[in-house]
Amino acid sequence: MRYAETGYNLEIDLATGNIERVETDPKLMELHLGGLGTSVKMHWDRVPPETKPFDPENLLIFSTGLFNGTPAYSSNRTVVSFISPQTGLLAYPMMGGFWSAELKYAGYDKVIFRNKSPKWVYLWVHNDTVELRDASHLEGRGAVETQDLIREELGEPKAEVAAIGPAGEHKVFVASIEQSRSSASRGGGGAVMGDKKIKAVAVRGTKDVYLARGAEFMEHMKEVTEYINFRNENPLPGVMTILSGIGSPQEMKHTDEKWHTESFAWGNARVRRKDFWTKEVEEKWTKTHLGTVKRLISCFNCPQQCGGLVSYEGVPRYMMKCFSKLTYLMAAYVDDLDFGFKIAQRAFEYGVDSFSTPQILAFAVELYEAGILTDKDFEGCPSDKEGRFMWLLDRLALREGIGDVLADGTYWAARKIGNGAEEYDHNTIKKHEQMNIKLGMLDPLYYLMFATNEKISITQIEGNWPQAAFPSREDREAFVKDWPQIPDDKFKQYFLDWEPRGDNSNPYYPTPQMSAEIVDWMEMLHNIDDALCLCAGMASFCLKPPYHIHNYPKLISAATGMDLDEEGLKKIVNRSRNLHRAYNIRLGLTRADEKPPEDHWRKRFPELEEELLTTYYKYKGWNYDGVPTKERLHELDLDYVAEDLEKRGFLKDGQD
Amino acid sequence: MAKIKKTIKTIRVDADKCNGCRGCEIICSAYHAEPKYSSINPAKSRIQVLTHRLQNIWLPVFAGEYTPAECMGRDKYVIDGKEYEECAFCRAACPSRDLFKDPDSGLPLKCDMCEGNESGPLCVEWCLNDVLTYEEREEEVEEEVEMEEMEIGLGSLIDKYGLDKIASTVARMSQKD
Repeated sequence: MRYAETGYNLEIDLATGNIERVETDPKLMELHLGGLGTSVKMHWDRVPPETKPFDPENLLIFSTGLFNGTPAYSSNRTVVSFISPQTGLLAYPMMGGFWSAELKYAGYDKVIFRNKSPKWVYLWVHNDTVELRDASHLEGRGAVETQDLIREELGEPKAEVAAIGPAGEHKVFVASIEQSRSSASRGGGGAVMGDKKIKAVAVRGTKDVYLARGAEFMEHMKEVTEYINFRNENPLPGVMTILSGIGSPQEMKHTDEKWHTESFAWGNARVRRKDFWTKEVEEKWTKTHLGTVKRLISCFNCPQQCGGLVSYEGVPRYMMKCFSKLTYLMAAYVDDLDFGFKIAQRAFEYGVDSFSTPQILAFAVELYEAGILTDKDFEGCPSDKEGRFMWLLDRLALREGIGDVLADGTYWAARKIGNGAEEYDHNTIKKHEQMNIKLGMLDPLYYLMFATNEKISITQIEGNWPQAAFPSREDREAFVKDWPQIPDDKFKQYFLDWEPRGDNSNPYYPTPQMSAEIVDWMEMLHNIDDALCLCAGMASFCLKPPYHIHNYPKLISAATGMDLDEEGLKKIVNRSRNLHRAYNIRLGLTRADEKPPEDHWRKRFPELEEELLTTYYKYKGWNYDGVPTKERLHELDLDYVAEDLEKRGFLKDGQD
Repeated sequence: MAKIKKTIKTIRVDADKCNGCRGCEIICSAYHAEPKYSSINPAKSRIQVLTHRLQNIWLPVFAGEYTPAECMGRDKYVIDGKEYEECAFCRAACPSRDLFKDPDSGLPLKCDMCEGNESGPLCVEWCLNDVLTYEEREEEVEEEVEMEEMEIGLGSLIDKYGLDKIASTVARMSQKD
């Protein structure tokens, strides 16, 4: 009997249509837990670094985590992993929703696609019945509507469907995979899915998921539940509303958008509008918001309500989450929330990443205004801001005209267009569009998170440490007094001494050593979440979360039957992180790639930044180039990785 | 006839508050697993959330009595412009549908209000959005011997044809053997 995991994967060879149910090695859970951890291991073992994103050998893995389907609140994520067409590195966008639980109940931990299908297909997984079905009639259909069409066609209203839209079909590098109220959107998973000619993956399961020590698991969950209730009743003082609670920011609930609209940059991540949120705007936006969001909704087994059912007049209904209500309108310089709701519907049906896409469109507008793109490129484009964005979105999603170039994302488009376009690609890291934030003073923690993490997306790296120092010592003392989540008491002192101004403030405090330790803590928790497929909103992405390093080992032990303590758990995710890093090193990642956008902060400190990076690498057990040392790999039982890195010349003899 | 006290157990469902997470299904199936909490399978839950996301329908329904035969006709409700599925509000495990049947054996499932659990029905406890509220009240009712199914049927025949006619018919039929 296997506990927490099902112990089976589905292996789908798209070229032959062969489907196999493969039992997995129980040892893998001990070494890598599950979710992202075991997926990275599979990519390392099976996809050599010569593989290009659109090669048949590029595996596309849909993975559940260890906790999906268990009673652990908020374990509802799915990790999709593949070599990204945009970055060339191993991407692992995640989606919430309901899909992973359904796959676990169907009796599988992962679905692994290899090769390419000769014609459009979708996979239907219904317990022991697994089949590739013809999807030629679904070609061109939206990513949202496809989900209902498949449910209807199968006569299975409870099937959960992850689908791509036309953007994925056209291998747009920012194409997403959409599912219920969620999407796996970063890095172009939709493009890889489209390249393999998979329109959708539909799942329905009615089998048991087992817990090794269920009663004990529930006892721990009782404590977690009490803490959730406590945090819901006691929002944190001293931080803005959006950060004061648990869960990911409740964007569908809150109508107050002063913080986003005034702190984040408009257009192509250019301009902060510090006087935007006037009384008049507030009234108008609140009215639109409340009239449009019909209900707040959650993902599987989650008490939070990060999603909303959107019903805007004249636009088909859809579900929305997070920041997507603002990304398009801010990028387009449109002051009207109505536009946000209108364009998002079209974007979700196309199936595109709502972080990257608006920036690409804004980038195109800038190039046009600068004369680098011409009237010929924009032939037929309406002249108003809203119409122009809609027109550009259509072109990008369908790879028509100038859209064919834009569909590769800002970095690649800039190089194709040339003629100075490269300078307008100012907000990417490792060829990937970043949050539209432009700030003043270098922040050492954010510097490291932006520069080094394999995720290449800040919102899924940060979280447990407050974003800014608290002005009064009194407030800081109150904050650390009740902070059971910290992995080590020393962090309390770091926080107490951290001040908004003066000697103990950014960029020199926290010191590079402290910064490395704090960043390592946050990464560690994100890596645990991603192995369990538990939503970061209830653990690594928020302040004082219900799940943390002190209760996770107890929950994992009770669920799996492994006896795991904190050190053991840290070692597992450290192993997976180092394997992930080694994999990306093999794919060509270098120290030179590890830097935030030049204009992210106005005040930069090149020497300090070098020191930060070197200190962090050292702390992680990596050499000057960011490559895990032989010694560190040995500690983590990854000698086979060290050997491979040596063989390929990434680790030199005598160098650790 | 003497008055007796009867406990009425009710779960109040505020469906407008439901965020569709299906946590109730998880905890129900875990509690009723053998041994308790050893496995989870929402398909075995005695509460099911009927969902049509884009229609804004999230309707938690509890399993009621098993019925061997389906009704003569079915109902389909439209409320506030939302069309609910056939027999959506009915709690019966019925031959007309798969709802409230064990997915392996096909045997009917029935909500027992988590009998034996001190804190009451667990779905109520587990739903952190206060969709479900447990209410208990005592009612004084006339003590009466509960009629069996056949008595109910005979009673309705007597109402229709009169006792004499029924009695003579029964007598005639019994002589035939």
